Amino acid sequence: MSTKQFLFSGFGGQGILFAGKFIAYKGLIEDKQVSWLPSYGPEMRGGTASCSVIVSDEPVGSPIVTYPDVLVAMNLPSLDRFEGKVAPGGMIFLDSSLIEREVVRKDVKVFRIPATRLAGENGFPTLANMIIVGKILKELGEYNDEGLKAALAKVISAKHADMMEVNRKAIDLGASL
Amino acid sequence: MADKVLMKGNEAIAEAAIKAGCRHYFGYPITPQTEVAAYMAKRMPKIGGTFLQAESEIAAINMVYGVASAGLRVMTSSSSPGISLKGEGISYLAGADLPALVVNVQRGGPGLGGIQPSQSDYFQSTRGGGHGDYHMIVLAPSSVQEMAELTVKAFELADKYRMTSMVLADGTMGQMMEPVDLNFDVAPAPEKPWATTGTEMKRKHNIVNSLSLVPEELEKLNIARFERYELVKKNETMYEEYMMDDADIAIAAFGIAARVSKNAVNEARKRGIKAGLIRPITLWPFPDAPFKKAATHVKQIISVELNMGQMIEDVRLASECKVPVTLCNRVGGMIPSPEQVLDAIVKASK
Repeated sequence: MSTKQFLFSGFGGQGILFAGKFIAYKGLIEDKQVSWLPSYGPEMRGGTASCSVIVSDEPVGSPIVTYPDVLVAMNLPSLDRFEGKVAPGGMIFLDSSLIEREVVRKDVKVFRIPATRLAGENGFPTLANMIIVGKILKELGEYNDEGLKAALAKVISAKHADMMEVNRKAIDLGASL
Repeated sequence: MADKVLMKGNEAIAEAAIKAGCRHYFGYPITPQTEVAAYMAKRMPKIGGTFLQAESEIAAINMVYGVASAGLRVMTSSSSPGISLKGEGISYLAGADLPALVVNVQRGGPGLGGIQPSQSDYFQSTRGGGHGDYHMIVLAPSSVQEMAELTVKAFELADKYRMTSMVLADGTMGQMMEPVDLNFDVAPAPEKPWATTGTEMKRKHNIVNSLSLVPEELEKLNIARFERYELVKKNETMYEEYMMDDADIAIAAFGIAARVSKNAVNEARKRGIKAGLIRPITLWPFPDAPFKKAATHVKQIISVELNMGQMIEDVRLASECKVPVTLCNRVGGMIPSPEQVLDAIVKASK
């Protein structure tokens, strides 16, 4: 049985919940069991936002991710808070444009992605989150055209259909790193 | 799975209520249930329904009383402190034998408390909540799918027994998204010959009221109501048993606590400890039978709750104190971890 537990974290406004939602939808489209649980406390309003996503072959028990297999940290407070929780052998994807320090843990794989800088340089400054999502999909061997398209169609509402292409560009950029 | 969508628990409740024919929603915002109201605000005007944000929780529950008197499916939703405010109205609904749905997406208390998940309104919900001798039917979902299905069930049971139903969820269940399949059938609402729909000068007036000043009459009403409650107990009790057949240790948990406990039960089984789970789905009526049965073969029952120990009293009553019943809990908006529950199981197995 395979279960992957994701924890997305960063500032409110960085698209943390959206990135998690995308991963959840991609799992759903691929016939996996999924859950998505946001932080909904006062921290959402200006502080750190986070969400737990579980993608599994089995029914999901607790939707709360305490020891993630995959941690996404898009700011320093998030890395400080969650680095110690990552499951041994897990992965940390961090935005190196915003986090200068090195990861202390030696038993996890670390991917340093200058996502905010790359997003700005490529003309989609609000999509650093999706650059990281692209990199995650590639590292997990989950990058596939069909699933991507379908998941994007689910998370981007018809009203914002013009955002589809640029999201795809950000994902592809991340996957090319 | 292609027709499944990801929905928040709160949204699933709202959409299921609409599917059940509810066209009247009255509420007042409070975290963590506000998405119910937000969803209704968006949908109701499009389908000819009424969404109304009342001036207070008390106003909202009294609007529910009005629509219920007219025989239509109606609901309100809130979170713990708001439910306390609705307590008077809920008691009046019970006194007037009106079917309605009240949703409580619980948060930590007492008082204004916090906004994180809790199960500390168990006593309030299962004992009635307001003044007087009465019960609500209390349904406790533990997935987003159940948030939807039990909402429909709540309307059906409310109509069938002329009672108020409560869907008792918590912040986690309300906020989390999971795949939901809303393609299920809903039976049409039954005829309500008692409703105040206008006589058209063809019949006697129907009267909906909770006032009864003659003690002999009021006693009769109370006794008749409790006879109906006995039918509910007999016919409508729901629970899930998970790996209970050969269990040495039983967990009792509902809602989010049951999900956490399922992880712990699976982990315990991997370690060779025969653990199982009894998950009450109706909290009132409480499912006595599985606990009575468990007491004949388990060493201990562990009640896992997000409160200081409330359901544990019903577990003790149901198991007739034949085996020790212990508590494993977190409170104030905290949730027990699977590891904490596993530790309790391991301790009990020694």
